[in-house]
Amino acid sequence: MNAPNAAGWRPELGETHLAGDETFTGNRALMLEERLIFEIGDATTTGVDLDVAPAAPSMLGSLARTAPIGLPGLSEPETVRHYTRLSRQNYAIDLGLFPLGSCTMKHNPRLNEAVARMKGFKDVHPLQPRETVQGALAVIDELAHWLVTLTGMDSVAMSPKAGAHGELCGILAIKAALEARGEDRKVILVPESAHGTNPATAAFAGFTVENIPANDAGRVDLAALQARLGPDVAGVMITNPNTCGLFEPDLKAISDAVHAAGGYVYCDGANFNAIVGKVRPGDLGVDAMHINLHKTFSTPHGGGGPGSGPVVLSAALSPFAPLPYVKREADGSLRLVEEETAGEDQPDSFGRMVAFHGQMGMFTRALAYILSHGADGLKQVAEDAVLNANYVLRSLEGVLDAPFGHSGPCMHEALFTDDGFAEGFSTLDVAKGLIDEGFHPMTVYFPLVVHGAMLVEPTETESKAALDQFIGALRSVALRAKQGDPALKSTPHFAPRRRLDETLAARKPVLAWKGDKAEG
Amino acid sequence: MLGVIGAATVDDLFVDVPATARLPGPVPGLPLHASEMAVERHFASLARKNKAASDHPFFLGAGAYKHHVPASVDHLIQRGEFLTAYTPYQPEIAQGTLQVLFEFQTQVARLFGCDVANASMYDGSTACWEAIGMAGRITRRKKAVLSSGLHPHYVSVAKTMARFTGDQLDTATPSLGGTDMDRLIGAIDAETSCVVVQYPDVLGRIEDLSALSAACQAAGALLIAVVTEPVALGAIKAPGEMGADIVVGEGQSLGVGLQFGGPYIGLFATRDKYVRQMPGRLCGETVDANGKRGYVLTLSTREQHIRREKATSNICTNSGLCALAFSIHMTLLGERGLRDLAALNHAKAVLAAQRLAKLPGVCLANESFFNEFTLVLPKPARAVVHELAAKGVLGGVSLGRLYPRVTELEHGLVIAVTEVVSEGDIDALEAALKEVLA
Repeated sequence: MNAPNAAGWRPELGETHLAGDETFTGNRALMLEERLIFEIGDATTTGVDLDVAPAAPSMLGSLARTAPIGLPGLSEPETVRHYTRLSRQNYAIDLGLFPLGSCTMKHNPRLNEAVARMKGFKDVHPLQPRETVQGALAVIDELAHWLVTLTGMDSVAMSPKAGAHGELCGILAIKAALEARGEDRKVILVPESAHGTNPATAAFAGFTVENIPANDAGRVDLAALQARLGPDVAGVMITNPNTCGLFEPDLKAISDAVHAAGGYVYCDGANFNAIVGKVRPGDLGVDAMHINLHKTFSTPHGGGGPGSGPVVLSAALSPFAPLPYVKREADGSLRLVEEETAGEDQPDSFGRMVAFHGQMGMFTRALAYILSHGADGLKQVAEDAVLNANYVLRSLEGVLDAPFGHSGPCMHEALFTDDGFAEGFSTLDVAKGLIDEGFHPMTVYFPLVVHGAMLVEPTETESKAALDQFIGALRSVALRAKQGDPALKSTPHFAPRRRLDETLAARKPVLAWKGDKAEG
Repeated sequence: MLGVIGAATVDDLFVDVPATARLPGPVPGLPLHASEMAVERHFASLARKNKAASDHPFFLGAGAYKHHVPASVDHLIQRGEFLTAYTPYQPEIAQGTLQVLFEFQTQVARLFGCDVANASMYDGSTACWEAIGMAGRITRRKKAVLSSGLHPHYVSVAKTMARFTGDQLDTATPSLGGTDMDRLIGAIDAETSCVVVQYPDVLGRIEDLSALSAACQAAGALLIAVVTEPVALGAIKAPGEMGADIVVGEGQSLGVGLQFGGPYIGLFATRDKYVRQMPGRLCGETVDANGKRGYVLTLSTREQHIRREKATSNICTNSGLCALAFSIHMTLLGERGLRDLAALNHAKAVLAAQRLAKLPGVCLANESFFNEFTLVLPKPARAVVHELAAKGVLGGVSLGRLYPRVTELEHGLVIAVTEVVSEGDIDALEAALKEVLA
């Protein structure tokens, strides 16, 4: 940072040389350092060109702002350059394979971006009169139809904003259903391998979370689960395929047992990409499942969102679905069922989870993806995703420990551990070594059920050539970890930053710029 | 590839799926794949069935506002390195996203008059509920007092969540006669975790929060301010300046656009001392192994992936790309641009309100407002909105839509006037309203 003279070069003291790996600016050719907007902008610069305000009296009462805000401005060229430079410090799917397990980093087709930006979608207000938004409601209705049909479920709640919000929707539907039955069941069973959002969601809704163990094959231990079922168990939250990348072959038996004991089955649908178009969760007895449109249906992750997490529901839970939802009238027109008519349309609804109607911008993108692929193409998505993951698994199991490799094929992701690494070498070193090889690392240290987990999800959009390059890179790094190459410990050497001190960041949090240039 | 795997067919890889659950072909009842051209055509036909805000005189607000977004914002957020990146779990190759988040957090904190902001929530309504939950954790109390001027969808979300968490909510329906500041102050007691007040409120009114803040402080309760129109803070005092402990908001006005309600962006800021009770991701400054400044996600011991059932929230994915859009727009504006933009909004809204309030039988309900105000019409506003739409004018949000079956409010029409509204648009609304009310 802080160019110029990042090297601390002092020609006035007779220093005439820089070290071979240093530059005066701190830049390294195309790798450009970029200071904060607070260091390069000021309070008087602006990049917008606004009309002058007409003369008018103030209606602000006594509340007119007097204190400065402290916001720096940049001109348009400075702004474009600032963000373009920053963008180049990011890895992205557009740059290469992004094998983050459980995150489904597949190619984001640009057609989807184009349709989401049609002004009839992007420039429509959520509270416009319904006769002026029939096309928008039709997108929601059409996507809902696809999601319900693909999953073999009864209905879908479209409004949840992301996967974890969808989990909350499903869990609240379960809680509302239990309330309607007059039962106060307190326990949600969650496998040890679950995503952290599962127990967090269940706890938020007031449930006690109990773990259920896995068997040696990496699946839920059916006998242990059955033994725990009883009148205090509200349901289970189960991920299928699970976070070890394995299909739960006993899911139907689990569902039957849970239902027989009076509970409900929540399925975390984060890994739906492995089975979309191939298996309907409704056929396995699932009562609720969220679908991450930003995973399976290719809406871009955007550096951490926005996502979208519609929740498909069984007939047992559908009456409790949240507001609002889109309903087709007898005359073919569409309307939103909101609080006003909920009493007649959906009297048992557990209520509203969010202002307005959900992630419209994600709905258009996901529907464009779905229509492009069709029922046949979506089936091939699952098949190619599983094919690619198994190719990675079998290509690397000779060099990396694959804890469940013996139990048959994996689904969409391949799980490895740090078993066999040299003393002092860890999964983290492999991840950082991969960065220098030009790849984003896989998911590391998750799931928690194996030591030093490395979870590789290549997705279906990678070619065999791309997979082979990745496999070669990972094999080389894994061998270095096994042989104890000391240079691996200090990787990455070639990224915009070396390893960052996360302990310092947490011990002395600096969460906002505290300099004063903007005010000055 | 199958040879390396040792399988004869791809179907053999699905051996763990019970045969009864394995579909023999594509899911029945759904169409097959379509060309790019066909898909585009389908969407174009659906898009044409909507009336776009930019094609009509447009006056809707009530929690979502139409502002001009500079062209460079959308250009920059479509750079693949931003658009197709993941949550920055590997900071060495995510410094772009992380530095943006650090800048975004600082911009939001300063705009709201707070010490610290997080890296975004889903939207304003979910941020509002999360703030209520956070106040409960800090005060260990269960009663939240909600202003009658809080957006009714935000109230609905809070009611849904409170039903399951056991929190107690004290709510009221708004009145056209004035705000309920006295009720709020009167309702604070030893059980109160927080008071939630929207600023400006859902009818567009703005009110000093200082007395309310003092009353909260005296009772050990927190003041939560909700801002659904951040542009307003270019013209009026920040809630933090008046003593708000948590300030949340909807950031859609800057950079994001209308998008029929989502994705939007929840803003969330508070005092330094409460940061460990805050939900959501936080980006912090640190150094790398060479001592160079860099950024990482930090304080993650609050979060679900570490704390699981003890986390402060279950949130994982947030609104990263919308935070980028917000931050770019804010950077383009800067202090001067934001203040000019706010002044322009306010002046246009004042002139529009003056004209519309002169229509026969129409009066202005607000004593104060920023860019949104409520007119009281001589007849129910809900039907008026549909009649205006038939005349090609998207003329505001009726209180009947927001508060169905509340008779006292049914004549209310909430009108937002931003910088995109032209003189001609106001002429069109005035003329259409005159005809409809005649």
